[in-house]
Amino acid sequence: MEGPILTDENLTLLLDELYQSYGYDFTSYARASLKRRVSRLMMLEKLNGFSELFYRLRHEDDYLKKVVGELTVNVTEMFRDPTFFRALRESVLPILATHPFVRIWHAGCASGEEVYSMAILLEEAGILEKSLLYATDLNPAVIENIQKGIFPLSQMRQYSENYIASGGKKDFSSYYTAKYEYAKFDGRFKKKMIAATHNLVSDRSFNEFQLILCRNVLIYFDKDLQDRVLTLFNDSLEKLGFLALGSKENLRYSSVAKSFSQFSIKEKIWRKGI
Amino acid sequence: MAQRHLRKFKAIVVGGSAGSLEIVLKIAEALPLAGIVCILVVHRRNDPDSALAHLIAAKSKLKVREVEDKETIAGDVIYLAPPDYHLLVETDVNFALDASEKVHFSRPSIDVCFESAAAIYGDALIGVLLSGANADGAAGLKMIRDAGGFCIVQNPATAEVPYMPQQAINQDAADEVVDGGEIHKFIVEMLQRNTPIRKQN
Ligand SMILES: C[S@@+](CC[C@H](N)C(=O)[O-])C[C@H]1O[C@@H](n2cnc3c(N)ncnc32)[C@H](O)[C@@H]1O
Repeated sequence: MEGPILTDENLTLLLDELYQSYGYDFTSYARASLKRRVSRLMMLEKLNGFSELFYRLRHEDDYLKKVVGELTVNVTEMFRDPTFFRALRESVLPILATHPFVRIWHAGCASGEEVYSMAILLEEAGILEKSLLYATDLNPAVIENIQKGIFPLSQMRQYSENYIASGGKKDFSSYYTAKYEYAKFDGRFKKKMIAATHNLVSDRSFNEFQLILCRNVLIYFDKDLQDRVLTLFNDSLEKLGFLALGSKENLRYSSVAKSFSQFSIKEKIWRKGI
Repeated sequence: MAQRHLRKFKAIVVGGSAGSLEIVLKIAEALPLAGIVCILVVHRRNDPDSALAHLIAAKSKLKVREVEDKETIAGDVIYLAPPDYHLLVETDVNFALDASEKVHFSRPSIDVCFESAAAIYGDALIGVLLSGANADGAAGLKMIRDAGGFCIVQNPATAEVPYMPQQAINQDAADEVVDGGEIHKFIVEMLQRNTPIRKQN
């Protein structure tokens, strides 16, 4: 990436400041992509150099939000990796359906596309009514969107294709109403969601779940932090609960590996305690 | 221009887009077991069955891995950037993946991978950019060159789609422009001698 220079020392200084002054701890994140994110921010903001970034962070009210928003990669999709959602639909939901209540945690849910995808699956499996979806993310800005249930209309074509590839049989557009350039998803989904900020680095377990999804979040963490977070998930899962990670993530090397067995050969889904 | 000197190459990164597959396979086939780390970033459709990895593995003496999160980096292995993630060299022993925005409409982006590899390997890196219809790769290759690495660009006249290699040449990112059918030989010879080769003059 072209643009102002960012040294390793600059990055360390920024991470220290974010932690000491604001309590955001990014020190155990993978460095190479953090560095890219900060360079990208400086370029997008047309900053002259690192000292300007640092100055603004200290003196401008809303700048922290901007920095946190850029450091945390909030890119997401509905039905991302359709074969994963197909496995949920065909193999996991029928098991969840046998429970009187279903509690699901989306950790690092970004703007909620994954949560709405799940709500649609639950409804099609006939168990949305008895389900609750906890949607959490470090970044408060993206959480707001979950309450609104609004997504860019321009994406719907792609999402509809993903939905069909995941085994969806309905007309995807029946789930939302199009207004200007937005697609607003029906309020019955939102009613089943609880959205809140939760930092996987510093916050603790807050409930027991039958299914936890944390996809494409661990890739940003170093191995030690991954291990801590996977332990948190282990502590937050019921016996025989499911854990789903991103398509290139693995719990094989973590200390909790022995508590889980792989549930699907192709998809990154594990089950606790068998 | 960086001074040319004897050195030990540790790694080679190859970026390709439309029209690059045949040359990618030739390179994979020709690479010797010499302890080198080979990283491939090829634009392709999401391919959950890893067909490309299998295709390469069938040709190469090296092991082939589609990279997973925090994968350890070892010599004599060809690492393939997985579809829909950016691949970064995090340290000289670890990769990292990143699901952030596409760069030049691409994920994986060649620029992103090349830039991170340049930062880690410096002058021990060979960068190769092949055929493609995309501006991705040129800026990253320039960074490899600026960090002292040696950069090979496919001769656009021999590329199925000349745009991508031409961009790299325009941005002064090429140490050497080589015909598509010769690139694999050129690389092998360079690895054997452990020194950059000047083809012309
Ligand atoms: C690439 S998105 C993944 C979104 C979705 N799960 C998916 O796979 O499409 C990564 C998300 O992780 C969140 N995140 C990063 N660090 C976090 C932390 N320490 N605690 C909670 N969420 C975090 C980011 O804010 C971002 O929304």
